[in-house]
Amino acid sequence: MSSPAQPAPSPASESFDVHTQGIGARPEVSQGAAWATPINGSWPMVEPSLALQLLRQMVLIREFEVRCMQAYQDKKIGGFCHVYIGQEAVAVGCNAALRPEDPMVTAYRDHGHALARGMSARACMAEMFGRVDGCAKGKGGSMHMFDRANNLFGGHGIVGAQVPLGVGLAFACKYEDEVMAGGSLRRVAMSFLGDGALNQGAFHEGMNLASLLDLPAIVVCENNGYSMGTAISRGTSMGHQITAKALAYGIDAYEVDGMDVLGVYHQMHGIVEHCRATSRPAFVDMRTYRYKGHSMSDPRKYRTREEEAQYEAGDPIGRLKSRLEGAGILTEADFKAMLKELRAEVRDSVDFADASPVPSMSELHTDVFVESWGPYTGSSDPRMLGGAPRAVNFRAIENPETQL
Amino acid sequence: MTVREIEYRDALNEAMSEEMRRDKRVFLLGEEVAQYDGAYKVSRGMLAEFGERRIIDTPISESGFAGMAIGAAMMGLRPVVEFMSWSFSLVAADPILNNAPKMLYMSGGQYGCPIVFRGNDGAGGQLGSTHSWCVEGLYSNVPGLKMAIPSNPYEAKGLLKTAIRDDDPVFFLESERMLGTKGEVPEEEYLIPFGQARVARPGKDITLVSFGRPVNFCLEAAEALAREGVDCEVLDMRTIRPLDIESIVRSVKKTNRCVVVDQSWSFGSPGSEVAAQVHARCFDDLDNFVHRVHTADVPTPYATNLEAEYLPNARRITEAVRACLYLA
Ligand SMILES: Cc1ncc(C[n+]2csc(CCOP(=O)(O)OP(=O)(O)O)c2C)c(N)n1
Ligand SMILES: [Mg+2]
Repeated sequence: MSSPAQPAPSPASESFDVHTQGIGARPEVSQGAAWATPINGSWPMVEPSLALQLLRQMVLIREFEVRCMQAYQDKKIGGFCHVYIGQEAVAVGCNAALRPEDPMVTAYRDHGHALARGMSARACMAEMFGRVDGCAKGKGGSMHMFDRANNLFGGHGIVGAQVPLGVGLAFACKYEDEVMAGGSLRRVAMSFLGDGALNQGAFHEGMNLASLLDLPAIVVCENNGYSMGTAISRGTSMGHQITAKALAYGIDAYEVDGMDVLGVYHQMHGIVEHCRATSRPAFVDMRTYRYKGHSMSDPRKYRTREEEAQYEAGDPIGRLKSRLEGAGILTEADFKAMLKELRAEVRDSVDFADASPVPSMSELHTDVFVESWGPYTGSSDPRMLGGAPRAVNFRAIENPETQL
Repeated sequence: MTVREIEYRDALNEAMSEEMRRDKRVFLLGEEVAQYDGAYKVSRGMLAEFGERRIIDTPISESGFAGMAIGAAMMGLRPVVEFMSWSFSLVAADPILNNAPKMLYMSGGQYGCPIVFRGNDGAGGQLGSTHSWCVEGLYSNVPGLKMAIPSNPYEAKGLLKTAIRDDDPVFFLESERMLGTKGEVPEEEYLIPFGQARVARPGKDITLVSFGRPVNFCLEAAEALAREGVDCEVLDMRTIRPLDIESIVRSVKKTNRCVVVDQSWSFGSPGSEVAAQVHARCFDDLDNFVHRVHTADVPTPYATNLEAEYLPNARRITEAVRACLYLA
């Protein structure tokens, strides 16, 4: 399906058309190929251990976010706080379809992705609190969650910014195979963006590059229907069919119900493995819904409570729970025990974050290049700082050989 | 004159509404400015008064809508472009820096660009390094634009009205941290001319030069220093471009000492520009080199304690004043 683009034949024949040259070498684009099929309208059950992991992760994220909201009210968390409640099936189902070594990048609504990737609730909560035991020592904050050990290349605060970065992660995956590792790794890179981010130039430039360079990039649009107070129909042309945007770049596009974690998992697994095999990008219109406001200060006047109730009735946690009960994998008592355990884990993360120290003042000037004359103070003669110790804590470029 | 207390955000709102009533060419566009009444409620009620042709919600496409507004300005309209935060203007760098300020010059005087870009500037709310930009250093480097930075509600209203009437592109830097601050604003119309600093506090021992929100920290520091017997003169520059160097020189010739307080990074900043010009113009009058208080030369940290130390604050200003006076 995706032979790499061949150079166009030289314009020798009289039928040569500059506008369509090379087109025959491009892969055909498909919309919504079926990777797995729902049986009687529902997706097949997965291994009990995986099914329970999906449930646990979704519940962990939900409980974590509830605690974040409380901590925000208590002024333990500052700045902007964007919670993921309602969208849990997306990060959890997508992550389960990836291998741990596949890189991931997302936007600012990122606590769920961090937890799904395997960051501990403690490290995530401590970062929210701006404490030294946070995943970025309290220096990044809630919109900028990074986790090198789990291949999470950030939450990113600027809308759309992460899409070209994600394409670059895919570029590196392919480059390592083709130039350095002899095709052995075959990693794919997954990026997430909101529906509002479709309107940033960065998205379009990234998509074009991913297609042009045949990159193993999977771009998942978490389409929750709103960017802040703007309904998708008011802010995005062709908002009813955003897959059209991907098709325009020659990228396979899929619509997935992001409120059903089994469906997310099955379909994303198919998409991921296809991408791995062909090194062609994919785009997913992941239909989901955020139950809460955009951030903590949003009174949600732009939509009705009935609309919210309708989506909450199809809650991804409730849906998986009843499937598991129906399949005899989980009882109500099991679920209660799981809930209790996860609540304790999240409560522990709050206590941990609360007890974690604030970063020491010296952290202000670490992890960044500092001039040899030292931090500029402005209130002492700059020449006097000539002998100041270089507070440089800058990671030297590692020899690529050592990374493989 | 009738004076009442209103919030900084309402002062901005009044300035825009008055100018829109006065001039049909003026319109407002940006994310969430219409139906949501503004992400920070600055444009509250404006959709109801002016309608959707003049108060326009845009998608999250800063490069697109800034460029579109510049095109409209070239046609003679007078757009006011709201960036929810100046941090988000970076994705529109090409239109706002490469088009708007150069259009008149590049067209040999044929096409002007009467436009206002406005929004929140500066850190202080734990928004992390992508959302905490102080753009005054970065953007004031570009010739052709004007830059205003009001320090309180009175200044905000008077300067924004002038900005909207100005024929050059104006970068108008507001402060999210001050939107809820109340201050005295007359009901009668007034405008504040560009390029005329205000003496926010007269004094004789040392001149504090500042821009925008940190003017208030200077006043705070001046109060504390007065108790130590140090009499500070505080200048609120109001605009960074034009830069009213004459007012600074006049003050420094009187006090013989100068501290510049600028919330941008130190390297190539309004603060370094003021210092260079004061050194050139007041070389023989100075008792000490011009001291500068800036944000630390690092990306904005998220943790509250680090962020508080990163920003100019009354304590750091006080220390700089003492050092400049050889009291440290
Ligand atoms: C370039 C840029 N412009 C504006 C913002 C402010 N902003 C943050 S989130 C957001 C809405 C994004 O909506 P969407 O992409 O749908 O993501 P969701 O919040 O629904 O997850 C806006 C306008 C920003 N962070 N970056
Ligand atoms: Mg959205």
